[in-house]
Amino acid sequence: MTAVWLIARRELSAYLRTMSGYVIAAAVLFVDGILFNAFALGGQTDRLSTEVLSQFFYFSSGTTMIASVFLSMRLLAEERQTGTMALLASSPLRERDIVLGKFLSALAFLSMFTVASVFMPLLIMVHGKLSIGHVAAGYLGLLLLGSAALAIGTLGSTLARSQVLAAILSGLMVVGLIIIWLLGGVTERPLNDVFFALALWGRHFPPFQAGIIHLRDVIYYLAVTYFALFVAVRVLEARRWR
Amino acid sequence: MIEAHQLSKYFGERTAIRNLSFTIATGEAVGLLGLNGAGKTTTLRVLACLLLPTSGSVRIDGIEVTEDPYAIRRRIGFLPDVPPLYPEMTVGRFLAFAARLRQIPAREVPARVAEAEEKTALRETHGEVIGELSHGYRQRVGIAQAIVHKPALLILDEPAAGLDPAQIVEMRGLLRGLRGEHTVLISSHFLTEISQICDRLLVMHEGDLVGQGSEAELAASMGQGGRTIEAEVRGQPADMAARLSGLAGVTQTQSQATAEATTVFAISATSDVRAEVARLLVGSGCELLRLHTRASANLESIFMAMTGKPSGGPQ
Repeated sequence: MTAVWLIARRELSAYLRTMSGYVIAAAVLFVDGILFNAFALGGQTDRLSTEVLSQFFYFSSGTTMIASVFLSMRLLAEERQTGTMALLASSPLRERDIVLGKFLSALAFLSMFTVASVFMPLLIMVHGKLSIGHVAAGYLGLLLLGSAALAIGTLGSTLARSQVLAAILSGLMVVGLIIIWLLGGVTERPLNDVFFALALWGRHFPPFQAGIIHLRDVIYYLAVTYFALFVAVRVLEARRWR
Repeated sequence: MIEAHQLSKYFGERTAIRNLSFTIATGEAVGLLGLNGAGKTTTLRVLACLLLPTSGSVRIDGIEVTEDPYAIRRRIGFLPDVPPLYPEMTVGRFLAFAARLRQIPAREVPARVAEAEEKTALRETHGEVIGELSHGYRQRVGIAQAIVHKPALLILDEPAAGLDPAQIVEMRGLLRGLRGEHTVLISSHFLTEISQICDRLLVMHEGDLVGQGSEAELAASMGQGGRTIEAEVRGQPADMAARLSGLAGVTQTQSQATAEATTVFAISATSDVRAEVARLLVGSGCELLRLHTRASANLESIFMAMTGKPSGGPQ
């Protein structure tokens, strides 16, 4: 666990010491703010607070997934590009320590700026009532969705030789898991059930958006996270001993 | 310390190294010589447990690399051809991170970092950001991260690559200082560096180990035993070259006039005949201005003969 903590701490410090992390965080908060003002708040005065909050989480889920892809693209691809992978690979570390440390740092950074957007839901209190449970469920959903997208991004970064390729590969995997929902709409049972169950967003995020926590959705996001990280560890092991 | 037996590594159809067998004793400083693509880096990466050999075995301190790579990684310090540095970190923080990665207890880390900085002359750059350091300093930080945990085996891939002449001299001093404390394996293109730092050489060519031993042993195996002695004189008799060739142990003498009206004799000999050469030159009425042994030229010719390359090889 010490090795995981060491890698996570160094990686988080790299996010905080370089421009790229701040640029991603600022872009996400800016876009969230624009969407919140333009669409969630809008010009209508007769909307329920819960509708506004639900819209906020709807838009934030999109920016969270995009940010996750960009945050994770550097995790391992950059180490290979700059040659620093040799430092980790020649140290007495397990591959799972490297992958987990990297993933946790990205998740910590994503959590920081996701939580920083909490002032937007709080603005609803100016003219309406706010359900703390709804806010908590929405943010839990965002973090679980972000965790799954980051894990997919970590896998992409393990597979690709450059950060750009990692972003493209991770983006394709995330988009693929989102639009699999559409396949559910054009296929018969039981195949459509499988597609709906696997979809990254369509079935599993809307309950969080509405302030409802289903155990099956929590398990789904944790399972995607675990599976993607597990494959990333295996890829790293295979590459190390190729 | 290292026992390699019939070690081979293939990348698909391409052979990187083929049936290498060698041993390196504890405390030895060994140089790995070869042209680009000879297989030096692959060999070092296998020894550093970064690559799995396709066949053969390597034991480091009696441990097989494929059986317990984690135990071996605790015993080695590795500097790849590109130093593995995080440019946004300061030297001190980076070395502390490297020490912790190698499982040095937190309470010992400051002392270990200070020691590594002392050995690599990095004390003054402790708080500086790595990305702002010159190439020479970054190379030193690369060596410092490799020694910060006091490994038994130090593996350095081209430590002098890209350095200017002054930095190369500093690097030579630094590497000499590391000899006593670690078993050292260095790959380099710089024959002069290798010959001055290492006890023994492994010569690689196109994936094969084409020779191993001390410089003298390699020379003997190639029928090029001996050395070249250079003597610069003024006012020598016309038959001086012939007289020098007549000395016992001298195989060949070449002379060359210089712009300063002196003559440089290059005397190839099978043994150290400097005293005899000096006596003969002075006895013949010459003013002896300079006399020294040119070992690197020998090493270069040995290398060229072993790799079959007439020119364009290591410097």
